[in-house]
Amino acid sequence: MSIHVKSMDVKDIIKEENLVYRKSPLMTDNVLSYCPGCGHGTVHNIIAEVIEELGIQSNTIGVAPVGCSVLAYEFIHIDWLQAAHGRAPAVATGLKRVMPDKYIFTYQGDGDLAAIGTNETIHVCNRGEHITIIFINNGIYGMTGGQMAPTTLEGMVSSTSPYGRDVSTMGNPIKITELVAQLPGTYYVTRQAVHKPGNVRKTKKAIRKAFENQELKKGVSFVEVVSNCNSGWKMTPVKANKWMEENMFVFYPLGDIKVDGELVK
Amino acid sequence: MKKEFRLLKGNEAVAEAAIRAGADAYFGYPITPQSEVLEYLMLEKPEERTGMVVLQAESELAAINMVFGAAGAGRRVITSSSSPGISLFQEGISYIASAELPCVIVNVVRGGPGLGTIQPSQADYFQATKGGGHGDYHMLVLAPAFVQEMADFVPLGFKLAFKYRTPVMILTDGLIGQMMEKVELFEQIPRATEFDQDWVATGKTPDRERNIITSLDLQADQMEKRNHRLQAKYKKMQEEEVRFEEIACEDAEYLMVAYGSSARICQKTVQLARDRGIKAGLLRPITLYPFPSNYLQAKAETVKGILSVEMNAGQMIEDVRLAVNGKIPVEHYGRFGGMVHSPNEVMEAFEEKIVKP
Repeated sequence: MSIHVKSMDVKDIIKEENLVYRKSPLMTDNVLSYCPGCGHGTVHNIIAEVIEELGIQSNTIGVAPVGCSVLAYEFIHIDWLQAAHGRAPAVATGLKRVMPDKYIFTYQGDGDLAAIGTNETIHVCNRGEHITIIFINNGIYGMTGGQMAPTTLEGMVSSTSPYGRDVSTMGNPIKITELVAQLPGTYYVTRQAVHKPGNVRKTKKAIRKAFENQELKKGVSFVEVVSNCNSGWKMTPVKANKWMEENMFVFYPLGDIKVDGELVK
Repeated sequence: MKKEFRLLKGNEAVAEAAIRAGADAYFGYPITPQSEVLEYLMLEKPEERTGMVVLQAESELAAINMVFGAAGAGRRVITSSSSPGISLFQEGISYIASAELPCVIVNVVRGGPGLGTIQPSQADYFQATKGGGHGDYHMLVLAPAFVQEMADFVPLGFKLAFKYRTPVMILTDGLIGQMMEKVELFEQIPRATEFDQDWVATGKTPDRERNIITSLDLQADQMEKRNHRLQAKYKKMQEEEVRFEEIACEDAEYLMVAYGSSARICQKTVQLARDRGIKAGLLRPITLYPFPSNYLQAKAETVKGILSVEMNAGQMIEDVRLAVNGKIPVEHYGRFGGMVHSPNEVMEAFEEKIVKP
């Protein structure tokens, strides 16, 4: 008895309708400095795709402050300013005020946005600058080697909370995204993830909306992406994603918080 | 064209000059004794006059980083503060110097350290001329002594800031900031509408490479290169930008060196000394960085002693001593902590420390 097995060709898989992810032409050929399994590269590619699809490369300026993503300018093929730790919203304000018709976005980590730069974050959101903030929350300081972040969960182990975060002495994880949603200057606030194709699609939709909103001049569009830091968390990428779903998403639930200036959650 | 004169405070002169110099933006935070800069600008509505943006920031940290952003777009940006606020600027100034961005920063100095006083002082000389923040860098520092110069140094500051792509500081104090004098105002300079500088981050167009404004070079050899570029700039400034005023220096046997408010006071002391038959002169450095070292080095051949008269405990004296390199005695005199010396007090010190020994 012979069984006829039709061998599957790679061409049968690579079809337009199966395309979730491709390298945007606005991504440079520089080798990503991020760890394998990290979400930064995916979010970079989404931003590059959105800029490409909106056709706004010549009108977009990114601001990357200190953290793993300080080198974002190496990877997305647009004009960039590298900012001091926490100060990206102020730098973006300076850019936007002198170039009100350009698309200005910041790309910030949790330590940057919710610890050292909290003041700038709150005030840029309260003034309602017409900018986009992309906030990567992985609950840890990645670049400096895995120290406790403002968003580190209770009990979570890091190199500066080696016995787990004790909220009675180390303070509580901060939900900065819910906080800025309360401010009148934010127009769109959402929390997404990029660990699965479905989430990548949703995040792309959110980031596209966050850029398009700049045309309306109605305030800050704020997209949090809950991401993993498998090297900082000391886990394999697969385990890190599972841990993220089971722990991070419980405390930082995904979904829209404010849409078109109205709180939805 | 009829000349336009106004009676203005030093701080108001800075603000009016910023509008007239065609500044694109001012970002600042209130602090005594310089709040009139922001107040004047808000009252004057420069957005309507020239399209200039004025924004009150949430802190000096934010203000200097707004400057960083707008300067990165190639705009003419100015900010102002006073000593404690300037300390908060330092991180941003270091980044601005490293990223080679032009801007003008006005420091209306008050007594320190700490919260100090709100009275005038020159105690921020070190901070202004030696760098102030982290890393090997300098600002080009202009020291006005008159309200007229408070106005005139704004367009000069922009010119130098763009020539060298460097932060320029106008180092003044609460005395000149608050004092009213007659000012001849220069005519409106148009704001630049085209940004033909090749380094600006205004959006990558197909006709040029993309621009990245950064202060980061992870590779040490690249960072050393950047530092060499900065040092070359400072050397050029030392060769081309030294500015000073000589008052009765030609036949002087004894010299005072003083800048800003202290120079105004010492001008009177020169008269007092000459009345007593002492051949006194005054060198007023107008640029504190680059410092008129060559002038003083040459002068050390003919004068017998120098008094560095500063409203601090002795800071500029180090640059004076370096310039004369031990050839002649150099002493310091000055009141500080917000106190201002009188011409007679300087005269006494001059006789006691320089003329008599």
